[in-house]
Amino acid sequence: MPVTTMAGRPIQVNDEGFLTDADEWDEALGAELAAAIGITLTDEHWKAIRFLREDFAEQGETATLRRVSTRGEIPVKRLFELFPQKPTKKMAYVAGLPKPRGCV
Amino acid sequence: MTRQLLVLGAGTAGTMIANKLRHRLDAGAWEITVVDRDDLHPYQPGYLFLPFGIYTPDQIHRPRHAQLADGVRFVEAEVERVDAEAHRVSLTDGRLLDYDYLVIASGTTPRPDQTPGMLGSQWRRSIFDFYTFEGANALATALQGFDHGRLVVHITEMPIKCPVAPLEFTFLADAWLHERGVRDRVELVFVTPLPGAFTKPVAAEHLGSMLEERKILLEPDFMIERIDDEAKTLVSYDEREIPFDLLVTIPLNMGADFVERSGLGDELNYVPVNKHTLQSKAHADIFAVGDASDIPTSKAGSVAHFSVEIFVDNFLELIAGKPMTGSFDGHANCFIESGDHKGLLIDFNYDTEPLTGSYPLPLAGPMALLKETRRNHLGKLAFRWIYWNVLLPGRPLPLPAHMSMAGKHAVTAATKEE
Repeated sequence: MPVTTMAGRPIQVNDEGFLTDADEWDEALGAELAAAIGITLTDEHWKAIRFLREDFAEQGETATLRRVSTRGEIPVKRLFELFPQKPTKKMAYVAGLPKPRGCV
Repeated sequence: MTRQLLVLGAGTAGTMIANKLRHRLDAGAWEITVVDRDDLHPYQPGYLFLPFGIYTPDQIHRPRHAQLADGVRFVEAEVERVDAEAHRVSLTDGRLLDYDYLVIASGTTPRPDQTPGMLGSQWRRSIFDFYTFEGANALATALQGFDHGRLVVHITEMPIKCPVAPLEFTFLADAWLHERGVRDRVELVFVTPLPGAFTKPVAAEHLGSMLEERKILLEPDFMIERIDDEAKTLVSYDEREIPFDLLVTIPLNMGADFVERSGLGDELNYVPVNKHTLQSKAHADIFAVGDASDIPTSKAGSVAHFSVEIFVDNFLELIAGKPMTGSFDGHANCFIESGDHKGLLIDFNYDTEPLTGSYPLPLAGPMALLKETRRNHLGKLAFRWIYWNVLLPGRPLPLPAHMSMAGKHAVTAATKEE
């Protein structure tokens, strides 16, 4: 597994740059990950990211777009504006979580 | 005192569970009751063939009660809610059913009402589904009059029941249009919220190239926001537009509304369960089997079948006061019709994606995995007889519930699901 340096410390990531250990994440790192994909985090972004972190801690899995929308109370349309093109993937990336499981 | 096993849903999973356990539980000690809102058991894989006139409607349905073993009580009623604290289910007609153990096997249902515009002026005029009997029949009529224009096959959101069926429909439509000599007058488009043709990398690549060979356009990563029914156009959240003359859509799939009313469901009304035992995470005396649960594998009859085998043995251990030793591995296998009387077979589980090889016996097969053969197509057709006569009655089918790697060809660096 590749190791990269972010927020001033070594971070373990997979080939696509997703964190492989969600516990290595903190909000400073989140801001840096967002910047790496061209996103400046606003309060609205943080609402989504914090929901993902809390939900992952409870469920052990990355929330789907629908779950962020219904349980995290942010409309899907807005998530597409906040995290353009691939909101599910981008939110997981910034939140330091695994890509949501491919649907089956 | 007699104990009560209550099963909600008399589809594939519910029927198999009731029949298998009726043979293995003492009739004096256990009553088994199955509830369903109607008495029509559909052979759901048959819906795929109705639009092309391959099956007739009377080959699809049988009475639910007639599929249940003697000694299983069938109640035709709608479930109002489950009161997990009181171990009691209330029906909409006011009746109450107490249980010692509850199996939720109420499946998943297409919900066209969840996408704005889907049920508008074009529903069953130029917009069709084929996951319902009515939809598949209406589509058969529409296809008869369709000889040119843009035919769009569309998946709203995953997960859906039988995730390969939209591709199968597309392949069958391609072959059928060729047969009628109008394929070159039709633009065929496959629209999916997934990044590719299917969910698992090896199968996605293989099936994706099958689309290409057939000149079927793939529109990936399409998350639908609404249908503009006046303009006959699909509109995505990121404002892409896809016009259609004939739309075959797979609406959002959701679990039963009573699951939601009972506070037992996730955001799509699926019951969160332990993925190896199917036991509810919230209540030890509730299980969810078949499409009704949230397990991360295909919503498919084969999954219901394999998981029922594990569930039944576990259940007998549980009521004997022993720990449950069976562990479901997410095993699914699906025939995929590819048109021109050929088909593919895929076999996978939670950890291993569909691979090439042969099934169920290494080398001998007789079924080839991830490869188009006539035998796979015949296997799919033969399955209807097996379903009614072997599977539903709970007779043993000589297929192992756990997936085997024997006879399969692993693909480097891609054997682990992402």
